[in-house]
Amino acid sequence: MSTADTLAWPGTRTTSRPLVDKLQEWVTTVDHKRLGILYIAYALFFLVVAGIEATVMRIQLIRPHNAFVSPQNFNRLFTMHGTTMIFFVAMPLVFGFANYLVPLMIGARDMAFPRLNAFSFWLTAFGGLILHYSLVGGYGLYGAGTVPDVGWWAYAPLTAKTFSPGHSSDYWTLSLLVSGFGSILTAVNLIATTISMRCRGMTLGKMPLLAWLSLVMAGLVILAVGPLTAAQIMLLIDRYLGGHFFDTQAGGSAVLWMHFFWIFGHPEVYVLILPAFAFVSEIVPVFSRKAMFGYPIMVAATIAIGFISCSVWAHHMFSVGMSVGGHLFFTVTTMAIAVPTGIKIFNWLATMWGGKIYFKAPMLFCVAFLFQFLIAGLTGVMLASSAFTWQTAGSYFVVAHFHYVIIGGILFAAFGAFYYWYPKMTGRMYSETLAKWHFWLFLIGFHVTFDTMHIPGLLGMPRRIYTYEPGRGWDTLNLIVTIGVVFQAAGVLTFVFNLVRSYLRGRPAGSDPWDAWTLEWSTTSPPPEYNFATIPTVKSRRPLWDLKHPEDPDWKYE
Amino acid sequence: MSIGAVLGQSASPLSPTSIFAPASTPAQTIFDLSMMVIALVVAIFVIVGGLIAYSVVKFRKRRNDDGREPAQVYGSQQVELAWTIIPVITVLVLFLATARAVLAVQGASKPKDAVEVTVVGHQFWWEYQYPGKKVVTANELHVPVGEKTFLKLLSADTDHSFWVPRLGGKTDLVPNHPNQMWIEPRETGLFLGQCAQYCGTQHGMMLLRIYVDSRTDFDRWLKEQATLARADDAFAEGRKIFEQTACINCHAVAGTAANGRFGPDLTHLMSRETLGAGVVRNTPENLRRWIRRPDDFKPGSLMPPMGLTEQQLDAVTTYLASLR
Repeated sequence: MSTADTLAWPGTRTTSRPLVDKLQEWVTTVDHKRLGILYIAYALFFLVVAGIEATVMRIQLIRPHNAFVSPQNFNRLFTMHGTTMIFFVAMPLVFGFANYLVPLMIGARDMAFPRLNAFSFWLTAFGGLILHYSLVGGYGLYGAGTVPDVGWWAYAPLTAKTFSPGHSSDYWTLSLLVSGFGSILTAVNLIATTISMRCRGMTLGKMPLLAWLSLVMAGLVILAVGPLTAAQIMLLIDRYLGGHFFDTQAGGSAVLWMHFFWIFGHPEVYVLILPAFAFVSEIVPVFSRKAMFGYPIMVAATIAIGFISCSVWAHHMFSVGMSVGGHLFFTVTTMAIAVPTGIKIFNWLATMWGGKIYFKAPMLFCVAFLFQFLIAGLTGVMLASSAFTWQTAGSYFVVAHFHYVIIGGILFAAFGAFYYWYPKMTGRMYSETLAKWHFWLFLIGFHVTFDTMHIPGLLGMPRRIYTYEPGRGWDTLNLIVTIGVVFQAAGVLTFVFNLVRSYLRGRPAGSDPWDAWTLEWSTTSPPPEYNFATIPTVKSRRPLWDLKHPEDPDWKYE
Repeated sequence: MSIGAVLGQSASPLSPTSIFAPASTPAQTIFDLSMMVIALVVAIFVIVGGLIAYSVVKFRKRRNDDGREPAQVYGSQQVELAWTIIPVITVLVLFLATARAVLAVQGASKPKDAVEVTVVGHQFWWEYQYPGKKVVTANELHVPVGEKTFLKLLSADTDHSFWVPRLGGKTDLVPNHPNQMWIEPRETGLFLGQCAQYCGTQHGMMLLRIYVDSRTDFDRWLKEQATLARADDAFAEGRKIFEQTACINCHAVAGTAANGRFGPDLTHLMSRETLGAGVVRNTPENLRRWIRRPDDFKPGSLMPPMGLTEQQLDAVTTYLASLR
């Protein structure tokens, strides 16, 4: 501010620059905080888009033999909804928070490769635009565009030229190819940053859990997105260069695609849930006023989850026709993941135990997360049992299960993270009243929709059907599922309204509104471009605790 | 016993496709396992969920709080060890139970006298062949009660999945990847299901109908199905139109020039209760509408409208309606 004043030409107005300049600053920025916010804003935009797609599907399914959308449009909707939510909402969201928080929490001034960081954001952004350009572009059907309708996992041979003429599958493939490169580069950047940019005194054993979880998440991204990207290239070779990897009409293998997709697809679940664990691991201690219980075990459990999650992919293929050995192997590996995951839940519980829990919005979302992730984990254990999954695979039970993971787990934790770090990112406090409205509306909507959704699956309702027969006991349940959407939509609108309103009119937050313990709270809100005037030195996992309690510092016990 | 049992009792009259109303050996095996799995996870939920709820209530910040930080606890190896070992044991129990069910269903050997059916999934209908019996039919499968029927699962185009919840778990039909499953129905009647692996535009209306007959009914049905189509001069006009248009490129009528295999076999069309893989009842009126414009019932179906005149439609419908 003062620099700008002294440098300004006398008589010129320095406070309101032209919009173009501001825009240019954002487009050309290499600052990890701005890129983080760009990722998050981008994710929020597509959250609304994909949410609208889901709402249209729910209207179609509100009663049997409804004709709100045509079968093909319904298939396009679930393809776009799934692809968008995973690749252009969940991924950018976790990358956005990691980008913003990791350098701040490890006391660095930026990511290791700031330009690469900007490059990967714009690749990801471009991927989402390609996918949605299919709504209007290409030489597809007149007026209907060339929106892909192959499902978000795009099983072969539906994507072969025979079954998918035109360019709809190409939009899908290319968008994932491009954003896949963005994801891999971001992961490389995150790993390099965490390994080499930590401030003095911050050994790996003293890193905040969020940094640890982001590190493992980034490692998984490299392992998982690689095969997906390779598969996209193979699919393009099939479609344009006469290859036959997945072209079953010419002897190719449909099962090969499944392996490629799920060896990406399952670690991907952990790519998304580890950051959610990270948010909870930061928020729960602060709002319970206690140190994280069992930090070394939390780190070990995270690494174990990372490794095990690479050996479970074929539980997505229990109905594909596997040997007995295959069924047993993937059953036991999948169930094994419940152990480190269970340890995490118990550690959060132990952190709250004996604390003084105060229920601001971030903590409310984390408590809901604990219950919902517990349920999601338990249905996950059920689905790990291959024989049980012979009945439930591809049914609404699975749909309910993974929405429980992604919404009940990841999104709830992310909402908590939004409220927790909003004051840091904007320098303004959000409205607690609106946040509580958001919480309760969304909580009710979530449970009305997704608790109910398990049942039609157990009553034989497969996923991805544009309509269904009456008399199968699914009618009322589907009606209830759709009603829940209204509450969820109201919750999300309240949330967005809160973000915007608080940005414009919120009271100043101060640098440490939560009386928290990690480094990001030691700098101003929002932090300056260089983050820290002097690079901090830490002696324990909770440097600000040490500062606030010189009589009882953490480093005496760790 | 837990939620599952409650669902099981209330679900069977409620839904003809409930996994809690098993009527065949593999479905029963899976049902028994499911009950055990559900009981176990409900118990875990009650315990862990109860602990979370307790700690949230008990350790909430009180109004008369003194503002001091609570005692800081950093961890405890004994406690950590306990909540590692207990889940390991639980998982082991679940795994063994699953292994038993997997072996019972998938490890079962095929008896020599088992009924064999080859199921071919097509976009968006089912073809059933009875090898050695000269029977090919579509969309409505007949099997005998109380006997093991082994289904060989093939696909003519994309992935599909055969799922009749009351008879057994699902198995996919994957091109170039032949699969097998078996059922052993305990009671006669009609069992419903549908394709459970996304296969294209009309995946949603690729319905399954399994008729479990008594052995005598089944034998009679097989015998009828193995006969050639009736040749009756009364329907010669319709037959001529049928054989001289593109119909026969896709459809077969045994004993005539029509030998297409892309669409359902029509030799005994009128012995089936539904049209279009279960999408509508098989009446002459619906049949006529179907031939005129399949999209009326099933938009995205691969059968094109044939562009017949009203008279031709009448004649073809009359001919097809004679194929019993």
